[in-house]
Amino acid sequence: MRPILRVISPGLNTTVQDRGRTGYQRLGIPVSGALDRVALAAANVVVGNEPGTAGLEGLYQGPALEIEAELARLAMAGNGADLEVTEPGGQRTWHVPALASVTLPRGARARLVIAGPGISAYLAAGGGIDVPAIMGSRATYVRAGIGGLNGRALRADDAVPLAQAAFPERDDVRLPGVTFDLPECVRVVLGPQDDHFTDAALREFLQAIYTVTPASDRMGLRLSGPRLKHAIGFDIVSDGIPPGAIQVPGDGQPIVLLADRQTTGGYPKIATVISADLPALGRVGPGARLRFTTVTLAEAETARRMLEAEIAAWPRRLEPFRLGPSLEPDKLSEVNLVSGVVDAAASAPD
Amino acid sequence: MLAAAELVPARFLTSGDTAVLVEFGDRVDRRISALVLALDERLAAAALPGIVETVPTLRSLTIHFDAGITTHDGLEARIRTMLAGLEGSLSQGRSWTIPVCYEPPLAPDIEDVAGRTGRTTAAVAEMHASARYRVYMLGFLPGQPYMGDLPEPLHLPRRENPRTAVPPGAVAIATTMTTIYPLESPGGWHLIGRTPVGLFDVSRAPPVLLAPADLVMFRPIQLAEFDTLAAAAKAGDWQLQPEGAAA
Repeated sequence: MRPILRVISPGLNTTVQDRGRTGYQRLGIPVSGALDRVALAAANVVVGNEPGTAGLEGLYQGPALEIEAELARLAMAGNGADLEVTEPGGQRTWHVPALASVTLPRGARARLVIAGPGISAYLAAGGGIDVPAIMGSRATYVRAGIGGLNGRALRADDAVPLAQAAFPERDDVRLPGVTFDLPECVRVVLGPQDDHFTDAALREFLQAIYTVTPASDRMGLRLSGPRLKHAIGFDIVSDGIPPGAIQVPGDGQPIVLLADRQTTGGYPKIATVISADLPALGRVGPGARLRFTTVTLAEAETARRMLEAEIAAWPRRLEPFRLGPSLEPDKLSEVNLVSGVVDAAASAPD
Repeated sequence: MLAAAELVPARFLTSGDTAVLVEFGDRVDRRISALVLALDERLAAAALPGIVETVPTLRSLTIHFDAGITTHDGLEARIRTMLAGLEGSLSQGRSWTIPVCYEPPLAPDIEDVAGRTGRTTAAVAEMHASARYRVYMLGFLPGQPYMGDLPEPLHLPRRENPRTAVPPGAVAIATTMTTIYPLESPGGWHLIGRTPVGLFDVSRAPPVLLAPADLVMFRPIQLAEFDTLAAAAKAGDWQLQPEGAAA
């Protein structure tokens, strides 16, 4: 029987995401992928995957899943989120913190709890989520029904296929010292169309506090704040859109373009969020307040290198983790959710 | 001996730390578009390390790169040397005749466009359907064609407030262009009609109907024919073929 995670409750908008679908923007097909690629990478590293492996992205309210596999190794990452784990039969429940793996037996349940203030969290499974790659990626782009589980968000009773269902016993790990901070001052480089704005608008853009509005989604963060005046019209001949581009339509309210952004657009882009700061914008929802500050391209490149170096170092920083001691030292130090099932599996016929 | 190479004027614009924008102009112009496609071809042939993908548009080429392998400055230096002697070609792709219903229930902005251009709605439809368009690029959404040039009297800026939901198949105009929205999406263009033709289907190879350099004409249809074709398309019984293609 194919190993799966059975969806008990789907959450508000849970999709399969990976590092994104590149190479097809020339056909108008957006990149998609995790809003917060750093959190997805961290969760993946904890379960032993490559950083860009497909996992589940939960937004606002995460999914509850039941293990229908010999074993599933899970870890989550996100700001203000954890993993609520229930043993088979539903007797006991533990809250597993972010960036710690748990290896769960058939019948156990895991719920991605997004308590906030972050709005996104990522659940990685050892081996990855085994949906078909469409145009080279498993990322879900719901608007066009591409990728993920049948091109859509999870629904109750869905079967989320797992690539791996056997794990060595008792080697769960955690990744200490990694946090998923919310953005306050977001670094941008100006352009490509900063020359389409008045000097006053550029100053305003860098001084004002903008509020994320409820019209935001995976395509972009729609902001509310001082109206930015265009110097030479709000209509440009459409051109390509880099990740993190901040476009300003005629109403003068900026939109930061995220994972599901359109491939091209015709509103001037005043600035572009640097790639090192973009993942943090995947953590904020309506009501969040943001400021922008400019850096040079060289500073942006340095920030990027530092972030990539940190991600590359994570696998070496993993340390052993056992569910229990860090939570309720007296009662749970001997807890091992897996052991009973491993014994059962060992005695079961192939 | 080196001949004095003619350098095509191009601007390199900062587009964050993972993309470079090479801009050949700021207007819709078939020669500019052809230069964009020519540079795109040269880049594909050169296979520079670190380029993730390129996105040719009407007037510029966006080059998305892997910042772990290359940088804006590194790419700019290489690409500048590739501009010498760049020549565009205006070859034409396939020809399509796309049915469009311009009747008000499917054309929510046609009265507004008529008012703002001083014409009747029938005249707007007739003028839109009388031109021959070139597909300059695909962008915004999967398979969405940017087609030009729109007859000059119909030129209007985009809407100040983009709609949050435009229906699939919506035929729209803005500035010098016309487009068809392949999927429900936000959109800032003026909606003057609707086509039953599907422009994007992930199960087809390629998944998009149109391609840059294709020639497109529009055929006005009544609401009844729209409904018939839309039902047939949905049932999988009908798919638009290019002119001259075997039925």
